[in-house]
Amino acid sequence: MSAAFVSFDDVSLAYDRSGNAIEDINLSIHEGEFVAFVGPSGCGKSTFMKLCTGLHAPTQGKVQVDGNPVTGPLKISGMAFQNANLLPWRTTLDNVLLPLEIVKPYCHQFRKRREEFVGWARKLLATVGLAEYEDKYPWQLSGGMQQRASICRALIHQPRLLMLDEPFGALDAFTREELWCVLRDLWEAQRFTVVLVTHDLREAAFLADTVYVMSRRPGRVIEKRTISLERPRPLEMTYEKPFIDLVQALRAQIGEVRSS
Amino acid sequence: MNQPGKTAERLAPWIAVVVLVVVWEALVRLFDVPSFIFPSAMETAQALITYAGPIGKHSWQTLWTTVIGFGLGVAVGLVLGFIVGSSRFLYNACYPLLVGFNAIPKVAFVPILVVWFGIGSVPAILTAFLICFFPIVVNVATGLATLEPEMEDVLRVLGARRIDVLLKVGLPRSLPYFFASLKVAITLAFVGTVVSETVASNQGIGYLMMSAGSQMRMGLVFAGLIVISAMAMVMYELFALLEKRMTGWAHRGQQR
Repeated sequence: MSAAFVSFDDVSLAYDRSGNAIEDINLSIHEGEFVAFVGPSGCGKSTFMKLCTGLHAPTQGKVQVDGNPVTGPLKISGMAFQNANLLPWRTTLDNVLLPLEIVKPYCHQFRKRREEFVGWARKLLATVGLAEYEDKYPWQLSGGMQQRASICRALIHQPRLLMLDEPFGALDAFTREELWCVLRDLWEAQRFTVVLVTHDLREAAFLADTVYVMSRRPGRVIEKRTISLERPRPLEMTYEKPFIDLVQALRAQIGEVRSS
Repeated sequence: MNQPGKTAERLAPWIAVVVLVVVWEALVRLFDVPSFIFPSAMETAQALITYAGPIGKHSWQTLWTTVIGFGLGVAVGLVLGFIVGSSRFLYNACYPLLVGFNAIPKVAFVPILVVWFGIGSVPAILTAFLICFFPIVVNVATGLATLEPEMEDVLRVLGARRIDVLLKVGLPRSLPYFFASLKVAITLAFVGTVVSETVASNQGIGYLMMSAGSQMRMGLVFAGLIVISAMAMVMYELFALLEKRMTGWAHRGQQR
């Protein structure tokens, strides 16, 4: 196994005096790994993401990414949330291009290399099945399409770390499974590191290499479970026994956390 | 329950105007109201025609002072709104002051302005400005201040500076608020100008109505009222049109 890409050493974070949001987090994620965080709501999963990307500094402990301590926003990461948050006055294509207008070094080359960047965006949109929707505005897209575009936006600057905060939480079951496969294929092709926060256990088990189960606030990692299901994983697998058993085991664990 | 058709919908405002005029005329005739108290629609129309020259001159005065005051209001409102909305600290600091300022009846400023600038166009322009910049500031500031935190995270993680976020997201996002406020501001600007003209001017529709009133020529006073509201309506529609053109994405319901 390669050296840790993301590592947390005894990390705690308190937003205010009301106590820690997350506590004593120790973990390491290696490059190209797909990890998922599951846990009851309010367990500090989103806080974990903020620490990881440098949007928040820990009150205690050390966060390192790629061998360096995280001191500020981490430009090698892309983020997508439950809410697609597309800008309604931009077309899908322009929304996807937004990060390139901001992140260095692309922002200085944006005018000169615009054609090339547009090419990247079109290619990315095509891989998630949005080729015909490039010039549509967000409100002309369905929820699932918006979320695809949002993921494209998170990936356009070729980040090494993709942070997903319940990205499929607001979608219907069928669309959600469709997007699992989209994400799976993107990841299989590019092998960036993914941190997926979710409370869908099936989603976590289907997509991730490693699932971390978190406790109630203050959030701690109470279980690390390696998912050894063979890759590439077809969607049908989620209806087979080994997968169902796995999800049930995770489910039982969360149940314990909730009742404790 | 049949839906009125498209044509009927377009004609509706004109029908309402006609109904209003007919009711007005009928009531005045029915109760035989003397014209120095409440002139009939016919008398008002007559005054409009007879005094078309002076009315035209004075309404031009009112129009341009209003537009200049409004222009000032837009410029100052935009800048102030951008500053106030760009930081939470400033937002919290300035908002109560702005509300307090807005609560002062602007007519109270007119005597001060007269002392400073004498009677005439300047107090009218400034009153229009004072009365109309507030909605613009509030709308622009609110549009900026209510940025979704998640959107900000998406950009901050890319290394966006605050100014990037404001220019790329905040400003376009507050444009619909801005254009909506223009419609309110332009009508308020007319109020400001006319109030100032009634108190301290010898030009403008406000002055015309004041002096006509003192001579009991109520037909002319009412003609003035109608001219003001007509100008305000035209300007309002102009800005409503501009709003639709500029921020169509925010009014998608009507486009589909």
